[in-house]
Amino acid sequence: MQAIGLETVGMTMRFGALAALDKVSVRIAPGTIHALLGENGAGKSTLVKCIMGFYHATEGGLLVDGKEARIADPVDAQRLGLGMVYQHFTLVPSLTGAENLVISRADAPPVIDWPAERTAIDRFLADLPFKPPLDRPVSRLSAGEKQKLEIVKQLYLGSRFLILDEPTSVLTPAEADEVLSHIRALCQSGRITVLLITHKFREVRRFADDVTVLRRGRHAGTGSVADLSDDRMAQMMMGDAPARPVLDRTGTHGAPVLELSGARAPSLSGPNGIAIDELCVRAGEIVGVAGISGNGQTELMEMLTRQRPLTAGRIAIKGRPFGATRAEAQALNVRYLPEEPLRNASAPHMSVAENLALRVFDTGPGGPILWLNRKAMIRDAQARIAAYDIKTASPHSPIATLSGGNVQRTVLARELDGDVDLLIVANPCFGLDFNAVAAIRGRLMAARNRGVAILLISEDLDEIFELADRIAVMSCGRLAFVAQAGATDVAEIGAYMAGRA
Amino acid sequence: MSGDLGLWAVPVAMLGGAIRVSTPFLFVSLGECLTERSGRINLGLEGTLTFGAMAGYALAFESGSAWVGVGAAAAAGAGFGAFHGWICRFKGVNDIAMGIALMLLGIGLAFFFGKPYIQPVAPDLPSIPFGFWSDVPQVQAALQVNVLFLVGVALAFGMAWMLRNTALGLRIRVVGDSTEAARAIGIAPDRVQLWATAAGGALAGVAGAYLSLYYPGSWNEGLSSGQGLMAVALVIFARWNPVLCLFAALLFGAAGALGPALQTVGFTSGYYLFFAAPYVLTLALLIFTSTPGNALDSAPGELSITK
Repeated sequence: MQAIGLETVGMTMRFGALAALDKVSVRIAPGTIHALLGENGAGKSTLVKCIMGFYHATEGGLLVDGKEARIADPVDAQRLGLGMVYQHFTLVPSLTGAENLVISRADAPPVIDWPAERTAIDRFLADLPFKPPLDRPVSRLSAGEKQKLEIVKQLYLGSRFLILDEPTSVLTPAEADEVLSHIRALCQSGRITVLLITHKFREVRRFADDVTVLRRGRHAGTGSVADLSDDRMAQMMMGDAPARPVLDRTGTHGAPVLELSGARAPSLSGPNGIAIDELCVRAGEIVGVAGISGNGQTELMEMLTRQRPLTAGRIAIKGRPFGATRAEAQALNVRYLPEEPLRNASAPHMSVAENLALRVFDTGPGGPILWLNRKAMIRDAQARIAAYDIKTASPHSPIATLSGGNVQRTVLARELDGDVDLLIVANPCFGLDFNAVAAIRGRLMAARNRGVAILLISEDLDEIFELADRIAVMSCGRLAFVAQAGATDVAEIGAYMAGRA
Repeated sequence: MSGDLGLWAVPVAMLGGAIRVSTPFLFVSLGECLTERSGRINLGLEGTLTFGAMAGYALAFESGSAWVGVGAAAAAGAGFGAFHGWICRFKGVNDIAMGIALMLLGIGLAFFFGKPYIQPVAPDLPSIPFGFWSDVPQVQAALQVNVLFLVGVALAFGMAWMLRNTALGLRIRVVGDSTEAARAIGIAPDRVQLWATAAGGALAGVAGAYLSLYYPGSWNEGLSSGQGLMAVALVIFARWNPVLCLFAALLFGAAGALGPALQTVGFTSGYYLFFAAPYVLTLALLIFTSTPGNALDSAPGELSITK
């Protein structure tokens, strides 16, 4: 058997006073898939970074294949046969697949004989289930192809213990199943051992042999997947956290607010542009746009903010053509909550109060003003910090010092202030913890019930199903499918996301 | 046959001019191309070029051999490049600001040390008469090709091959595209960038030696006139491809030779305007080759100007 086992013994990692990992012991048997479950910030990444040598654990030890191992850096880890596939890809974008494989080898020859290397790679791929494209630059591969290439790269480098960090977060359900069943076959044949970081119970249930649950840096439970129910695992993961309440949905839909017709724009990658033939969001309605990242959602957002010029068609708001200038957005009450709000919707080094005032700082009660009214700005900020439960040291703290959830709350507080008729939102809960997610989704639903039209672009299907009244699926730059949320299900939406329906 | 070619004199003179004038562009842009492929930008090459011109001229004069001069210029350029590479590895050092400082330092040092060498005459670099088959003097003059130009052409193709087919070339590209990825596969980005910057500086030094030892062929303070800076624009125009750098350099050389070529046929009105041709060309090319909303696909990911 080539696969190797691994064991952490009382692993502890402290950052200052904070213990990100607290005496975590995990034993992973060779040739198995061991799932590592936990919420964001539970210490999953810290644990694997300690194993891979990115961090040096404050206390505790590591056994690789039964022998004590000291790992100073990722190169040491690779020498021991440990490999990791990261959530963000580590392939070099401008290099082709073959170039990426060869250069990541420690013994890459000084002069590369490409025909010979290609023959060797083809022979190596022959008995693997994965067939990633090797001649295109990685920047032009789809997420699924990149993911497969990452895994192939690790096997090519001779890794016998693989850590997969949320490998399916960028894949369609069908692609995820395909990748994971191949991985499972490799494990069962005794070729590799896998530590699978995930928060999807479905994957744990279907593919993993054992599971370890982390909560707030501590070991919250471990066992064979067959012996644990989903409820038991959820309880280990959440602790005593309350289940998310079902959001109330009240009010009726009003007149159309946002209308796109025949809108065309060039896409970020690939020759096919973005083409939205018809999309309408009415008052008091949430329209969710589902899709795998890279299918035109970013471009759609840019079209709506007019960062990406339309080559044809029109965008109208309340029947009036919309050019997304500041004056138009103010007149038509259009607000945005883009993804990664710290980068895309705030001035990171300016204070929370200043960021809260970005929409209104230059207008006073009697029209445009020349001098900022600092006192009013702070007073207003304090009111909204309280109303939106923003955790900040003071209104004067730079917004960049806040946690992701609080940045999101701050931007939402700014965007939902005053009269809002249309809110355009992209991935509002990405990377946030349980409480922040509940708070943000609650606010969005409350806004909808107030009569705001909301366009929600999200890669999280659970979020779409929780919030949306109607669901549209974006695939290859087009709206492939539109349905009432109640009249469809995850399987159908998933099929359209994959572009196979 | 007589030497009167009529209007044909203009393209012939431009061809010769392209080869003569393009050589320094070619070397500086190849140097900058290598440095930028490693993810670093060196705006100091203008200073390196000027200092290389002075050092090359001075050493050629003192030793009596033009090739010693070229070697000295390359060594001085490598020194400047290595210094830039070393300083930029520290956190918080901006490579653009540092490059501008080094440009001014290089020019200043060159003027300071170069004062005594303005008068003396140093030996010239040899050239090969490829125009022996023709008896038209203009053609012969145009095809008088300097050895360094041939070296530069070979270097352009060699560098393109190196970036594709050697581990070193792939490492440079990895570092230039993502230092994170480089670290993950055990490449030390700082070291790669240091050597790429040093090598780029050496090439700029050689370009300087060409200026002072062949064309125009003397050392004075107005020798470079911004060629080192234009090479940076040229690299962007050539999309970080060494072979395209060669063609871009030839194009710039031809534009630079337009003024003198028109002069040979007696066309003198607006004469100074034609001397501005390379600069106008730089502006025009950068405007026309840039498209809004379409980022520079081929740009190295770690480059501070494209980040």
